[in-house]
Amino acid sequence: MNGIHNVENVSKIPVLVHDLTVAYQHKPVLWDIDFEVEEGQVIGIIGPNGAGKSTLIKAILGLVPKTSGRILIYGEIYKKQRSLVGYVPQRESVDWDFPVNALDVVSMGLYGKIGWCKPVTKHYKNLAMFAMERVGMADYAHRQISQLSGGQQQRIFLARALAQDAQIYFMDEPFVGVDAATEKAIVTILHDLKSKGKTVLIVHHTLQTVKQYFDSLIMLNMRIVATGLTKNVFTQENLHKTYGGRLTLLEEAVQAYTREARIHE
Amino acid sequence: MNWTDLDNWIVITGILSALSCALLGNFMVLRRLSMMGDAISHAVLPGLAAAFLISGSRDSITMFFGAAVVGILTAVFTDLIHRLGKVEESASMGVVFTTLFAVGLIMIVKGADAVDLDPGCVLYGAIELVPLDTKTVFNIPVPRAVIVLTTVFVLNALFVIFFYKELKISSFDPELATTVGANALWMHFILMTLVAVTTVASFESVGSILVIAMLIVPPATAWLITDRLRTMILISLLIAELSAVLGHVGALKLPNFIGYEDTSTAGMIAVASGALFFITLFFGPKHGIVIKSVERFWTLLRISREDILGLLYRLGELKNVNDLQVNSDLFRKVTGYGKGMYFSAIISLKLDKKICVDNGNFKLTDRGKRMAKSLIRSHRLWEAYLHKYLNLPIDHLHFSAERFEHVTDSKMQKQLLLKTELPTQDPHGKDIPE
Amino acid sequence: MNKILLNIYSQLPERTDLMRVLLLKDYNTRLVIVGVMLLGLAGGIIGTFMLLRKRSLMGDAVSHATLPGIAIAFMIMVANGGDGKFLPGLLSGAFLSGITGMGLILLITQTSHLKEDAALGIVLSVFFGIGVSILGIIQKMSKGSAAGLESFIYGKTASMLTRDAYLIAGTAMIIVVLCLFLFKEFSILCFDQDYAGTQGWPTVRLDIAMMLLVVSVTVIGLQSVGLILIIAIMVIPAASARFWTDSLFRMVIIAAVIGAASGLFGAILSALFEKLPAGAIIVLVSSFIFSVSLFFGYSRGLCIRYFMSWKLEKKVSRQHLLRSICEGIENFDKNLLDTQLKKCSQRPGITLDYLLSDRSWSKRKLLKLLAEAISDDLVYRGADDKYHFTEDGFVEAKRIVRNHRLWETYLIFYAELAPGKVDRDADQIEHVLGHSMVDRLERLLLSEQPDSVLLPSPHPLADEK
Repeated sequence: MNGIHNVENVSKIPVLVHDLTVAYQHKPVLWDIDFEVEEGQVIGIIGPNGAGKSTLIKAILGLVPKTSGRILIYGEIYKKQRSLVGYVPQRESVDWDFPVNALDVVSMGLYGKIGWCKPVTKHYKNLAMFAMERVGMADYAHRQISQLSGGQQQRIFLARALAQDAQIYFMDEPFVGVDAATEKAIVTILHDLKSKGKTVLIVHHTLQTVKQYFDSLIMLNMRIVATGLTKNVFTQENLHKTYGGRLTLLEEAVQAYTREARIHE
Repeated sequence: MNWTDLDNWIVITGILSALSCALLGNFMVLRRLSMMGDAISHAVLPGLAAAFLISGSRDSITMFFGAAVVGILTAVFTDLIHRLGKVEESASMGVVFTTLFAVGLIMIVKGADAVDLDPGCVLYGAIELVPLDTKTVFNIPVPRAVIVLTTVFVLNALFVIFFYKELKISSFDPELATTVGANALWMHFILMTLVAVTTVASFESVGSILVIAMLIVPPATAWLITDRLRTMILISLLIAELSAVLGHVGALKLPNFIGYEDTSTAGMIAVASGALFFITLFFGPKHGIVIKSVERFWTLLRISREDILGLLYRLGELKNVNDLQVNSDLFRKVTGYGKGMYFSAIISLKLDKKICVDNGNFKLTDRGKRMAKSLIRSHRLWEAYLHKYLNLPIDHLHFSAERFEHVTDSKMQKQLLLKTELPTQDPHGKDIPE
Repeated sequence: MNKILLNIYSQLPERTDLMRVLLLKDYNTRLVIVGVMLLGLAGGIIGTFMLLRKRSLMGDAVSHATLPGIAIAFMIMVANGGDGKFLPGLLSGAFLSGITGMGLILLITQTSHLKEDAALGIVLSVFFGIGVSILGIIQKMSKGSAAGLESFIYGKTASMLTRDAYLIAGTAMIIVVLCLFLFKEFSILCFDQDYAGTQGWPTVRLDIAMMLLVVSVTVIGLQSVGLILIIAIMVIPAASARFWTDSLFRMVIIAAVIGAASGLFGAILSALFEKLPAGAIIVLVSSFIFSVSLFFGYSRGLCIRYFMSWKLEKKVSRQHLLRSICEGIENFDKNLLDTQLKKCSQRPGITLDYLLSDRSWSKRKLLKLLAEAISDDLVYRGADDKYHFTEDGFVEAKRIVRNHRLWETYLIFYAELAPGKVDRDADQIEHVLGHSMVDRLERLLLSEQPDSVLLPSPHPLADEK
């Protein structure tokens, strides 16, 4: 898994992360992360609070600066492959009081395709509506977003990413605080995406549903504890390593390093 | 330039208003309410104008009362519009203070015939005129403004001293403050009232806009220097005082350079405080931009030095490889840093007598060797540790160990030994030096 | 008292003046009005984006930061033998120093731990201080009169010349066009900066573009509104517009209209009362519009919000009452409700005491609710002093109880909530439950049950506990 890939192989790997380290404000968040994912899988990123799960996604998407490391999306850096990547941020990341309706938010997923300065035409609105139908939100298209329930807001975000028709989807805790209907809708969408050969990476925090949702896992606690097929890595031992036993010495060293060195390569 | 008694009084007035403002300003800046200071100082205008129009003079308690009322109203309205109208807080502040300022402006213009008050005086004060309006205290003629400002300063100081604990906790965490009995809301409104009163006391000398400079700039500067509240307050007072003195001196001196006599002291006090702020921002002792770059350079240099020592040691281990030499190319390959860093490190190592030149090649001296050994020891212990506890594959150990070796002190080394159960070889099979 | 009234009266404009201004007979008045309206328009548009970006007060710091630029430009122009009051020259100076101020705000927030509010306060006050100091020097200059520079602080529309109006109009048009072209880009930046970044939009450059527009509005507004109050042009119309709509595009348009209207009426008023500072009047007009919007705004105004919550509360209480009566009868005898055949007069009623003990409502409120229900012909008071359903009331009560229990059941089976908690939750959610959802629940839970049957409650009712 960690061998050297030739160019042809690399371009078939949806996400390849090599030696990724992220630290902000004296605080190490991710240390020497190394993994790659297989196409057409639903991959869960699990770990305790503060393990850097969201940061991992954000670092891949270039939203937080990385201290070092290399990230390739189908063999190229993220900037060149943006159209292949869909992102579902955490629900709390935006102000839901914003004066737009659900359809407007979903349309935002298409802004990149529409291009600079051009208005959102009927054609794109129809595409957005189609994405809303897929998550069962077509009836709410013209609701102001603050009037939607938490689960409905989450589905709007999901629809926005779907509208983009990407190859890889990154979802940051999509199951948090949602109702049963939304959870079901998301799971259906995940199956759908998988059957179309898309790759989905999901930050997740409830362990009960892990086996049911994910083909593969990235078990994370500042460093990678285990990666691989769920049935192989979702073991008591790995869980204990991820959630339990902190390696204080390692943490101390990482902290000292980021505090003193502060090297941004 | 002649320094006269008048100038003394001007400086004293400036210092007193700067001190009064800075005392409260600390809590405004800490609570991220800086713009509230701006809002209140603009918004007291109608309070002042009303007091003027009613009492017909500046010399009255009405003025303070009017200003305090409007100051509180600003805070209350901002809060109400924010909560009831669901308008974002800074926007509701903007709505309230511009409206009140506009009302005040119109009142002043309309009432200008009735009282001697012009908007210019309110906005940027008339500190030069302060010494002319005196009252006799203990047979000494003291400017009225000085008496007023002294009172306000004492009031603010008492407030800060008596409620230090409450202010601290409500600045840090308003919700916690309320649960432990220090009502954050009350603290907020008392603070706002005092800000309004201080603004009024200062407006004659420095004007209502430059009051903001005194409220915010010295505390912000102090925050760049220290993270401790008590120290921050003391430093802010020092900076406030310095700005007032430098401001007046600057007002008298600076224009001389371009051939003019003097300029507004109030404006120059703000300029002086700004200058102190930006000097601190760049050259400050802890967070300054310059010091940070210097620190960064030293750290890089130390790491580069250590890397070169490690490199030399490892080359020494591989006795059969003679064609490998330490030079800038190899250095770049190993560390990723450029030539500049390489030569700086080499020169400083030579000066430290850690390396010497032998047959055109670099060689470790005894001192250098001792240091290199300790480094390599840390490095390889880390590799052993990471291999054991993280199950990192062999080809992955070097990367992390390479970073940790630079921050490993003897205490950490001992712990490493303990955890790795005293290995003699690293996972690659290389000896761990004693 | 009479003297004061006389004084006020004497300050009122002559009737001829009034007509002259209102009929736009004066060329200069027309000029000023058009200029200020366009300014309000541009301010309203860019202000909306700044409000949504939560950077409303950024413009305040920038406008104060223009003062040194004006003063320095004046000095340079006088030193070169020119007319110190050449407007484009002064405004270029203002523009440059405004941008410098904005750059310093960014520098402070990027390189230190000071937050944006402190950075704004520092730049605002220090730049203003620099400006005041330079003005202090200018006043002592022998050449060129500094009088008139003050109008940049408080604003003075009367001094506007034709070329000034063209300058304002041209810049305002550019701002409006740019905002319309970049509407999509600005809206995604304001709503979700991170997402915009992942989509490849250059967020930093868009931010800078937005800031440049703010500086531009500030600069062209300096002359008429003045640097202290120009921020109002960007904050108040935008904040007012939010009360009227939930759509961003409409909000931009409404803000533009409010801005233009403030400009229009402000300019007319200040033409009538020439002594008053124009900026202050424009601001007061927009503040007036703001307070009207705050109370009567169609979508978020206080009145509509209180009316909506009052209506909801009324609906909820009504449903509580009908459900209480229904469940009371059910407790008494389950079969009595199941039959459609019986006439309503034969159905048992419920006593006031029972209802009073069923929920925590005061007797006064309960009586009021009952009176309302009686007047709406849902409930009547029988000869036995008990409360009975009318036929309509029974149908309505059945529908409510049905929704309630469907929802409870749904929550119990799907959301794994404790039954004790469900009742309260259901009270809240049921009232916003649409028909389609009820249909779906029905299909989900009770496909085989006929419509007329009252579903059994999934938890024991009050009396059986």
